[in-house]
Amino acid sequence: MSAEMITSMAEYLAKNILKQPQRVIRPDEPLISSGLIDSFSLVDLGLYVEDTFGVRLEDTELNAETFDTLTQLVELVKGRM
Amino acid sequence: MSTFSHLLHQQYLHTPDRNALTLLRAGQPDLPLTVRELLQGSAGVAQTLAHHGIQPGEVVILILQHSLEHAFAYFGTILHGAIPSIMPFLTEKLLPERYRADLAALVGVTQPSAIITYPEFEGEVRAALGEGSSVRVVLLSTEMDPPCEPDFASLPGLQRSPEDIVLLQHSSGTTGLQKGVALSHRAVLNQLESYSRRLQLNEADVLVSWLPLYHDMGLIAGFLMPLLLGIPLVLMSPFDWVRNPARLMQAVSKYRGTLSWLPNFAYNFCAQKTRDRDLEGVDLSSWRAISNCSEPMRYESHQAFLARFAPYGLRPEALCTCYAMAENVFAVTQGGITEPVTVDVIDREAMQVERVARPAFTDEAVIHMLSAGRPIENVEVRVVDEHGHDVPERKIGEVCLRSNSMLTEYYHRPDATAKAFRSGWYLTGDYGYLAAGELYVTGRKKDLIIVGGKNIHPQDLEELAMTVPGVHAGRVVVFGIFNDEQGTEEVYLVAEVDPEDPAAREQIADQIRQTITRGSAVALRHVHLVNKHWLVKTSSGKTARGANREKYIKEVLGQ
Repeated sequence: MSAEMITSMAEYLAKNILKQPQRVIRPDEPLISSGLIDSFSLVDLGLYVEDTFGVRLEDTELNAETFDTLTQLVELVKGRM
Repeated sequence: MSTFSHLLHQQYLHTPDRNALTLLRAGQPDLPLTVRELLQGSAGVAQTLAHHGIQPGEVVILILQHSLEHAFAYFGTILHGAIPSIMPFLTEKLLPERYRADLAALVGVTQPSAIITYPEFEGEVRAALGEGSSVRVVLLSTEMDPPCEPDFASLPGLQRSPEDIVLLQHSSGTTGLQKGVALSHRAVLNQLESYSRRLQLNEADVLVSWLPLYHDMGLIAGFLMPLLLGIPLVLMSPFDWVRNPARLMQAVSKYRGTLSWLPNFAYNFCAQKTRDRDLEGVDLSSWRAISNCSEPMRYESHQAFLARFAPYGLRPEALCTCYAMAENVFAVTQGGITEPVTVDVIDREAMQVERVARPAFTDEAVIHMLSAGRPIENVEVRVVDEHGHDVPERKIGEVCLRSNSMLTEYYHRPDATAKAFRSGWYLTGDYGYLAAGELYVTGRKKDLIIVGGKNIHPQDLEELAMTVPGVHAGRVVVFGIFNDEQGTEEVYLVAEVDPEDPAAREQIADQIRQTITRGSAVALRHVHLVNKHWLVKTSSGKTARGANREKYIKEVLGQ
């Protein structure tokens, strides 16, 4: 389950946010603190998680302290499912 | 004629209990502040500056986020008669080393005597200051004197002359930070007088802003104008807005906001990224003027915004336009206040080939140009050819202007100041045309790229790319291409490289992306690597950005 979620999120990020469909995103790769996902795209990530997994992320949670990697994001999402 | 401090003193005497500012903070209660509270907090900062021997007329750099401390530090510096200059805060994506280099560049040119920042940022700031730095003291927001009764009789700010420089404004990036726009009290107050008249600013107005304060639109329209003229200001952080753009609509609804300024991309961003549930109960009928300003304005963006928010009470006549620049303090023109913004439907080919804005008589191959409105009262606008002669109505030329609110100088940069003017007229570097007394801005002479209202100098990004192994000096070019969906420009980079192997190229491309994102805070997506001799060069061997942009659009995008 977690692995599938990570794959689907990684694909979404590479294709829709980074616009580099071939880009591989590792589960432990820092996303926010590294600047890979810039602030303008965080809202997209929040909308995607809610629409795909039916879990709500507050805008105050869209920061590196709350989650910075796909593994952490999946933990957060699973905790609310 | 008065100064900033005189205006603040008058408010303190006559309307001390009026609400001056409400700070909105995500996840925390809203924080309202009266004129008295604002000026007492500022007086504490002024006193601290005095204790540390900061002299009136010296520059103080502020590195703070949207907060009480920021407002107190700004007006405290003013009350002390010193010159505030706001440095953007370090964002997550920018490399600390790069930030230090930018800060060192700013300090080198402006020669500040003090920097005000947060305790957790002190190390970063000190690391940027070399030996022999002009900075005598790094003041921490936590070490300021507590709010106190301002003693207007002795505050040095009251002794300043209207001709003295009151503030510095910089745009971002290495190039921008080295060119600070120095404005006098008189220039700013002339602008506010003229602009507030055009806006028909009145007692019922409430201004709502999320704009960054290091930018002219955020600092002048979204901070100084309301606070100096006594219009309640509702202020949120750009970091909070960008994570949830509906916060702007919620704030307008809650505080019955009437005025806002937005860069064009924000119209698309808000229209696309707000959820219905975040707009439940929101009433936007109080919004009377939302001014599109600081990047190319699009008719399509206005339409998308209106379609999204009309069901929540947004009135079509609230959509306004403005053409502004820091060198004129802010506004040059404003449209849409007393009558709807004029939409000029012109022939696309005539505009691109003949450089003429000819009204179109069919529906095909047309451009909907949004008028930027008429010049505000204190500003004269001309459109000229390359010899400085006025061009006929509807002919595209360079926009130049003259006013009583122009910059005093680019601070400590007499070379740049001299270059900016021709016979008393400021050359904007923007192309446009005049029709029936209204200005239409069509493009730029300079290679500047504007992304989300933020100015980006291509040479800064090219230099960063050249530090990547495999990329060579003079073989990389950066330009902007407008993205209709996002309503703003996107940055494109093309570089000639030796390896032809796709994997090796992908590695170089990735390094370029990373180096630029972390070295400039510009999220670079489009990197295109090509073989030797792809790039178009000028006769002097320099890369021609415009020509390469055209080649890219034709050959790579196939348009």
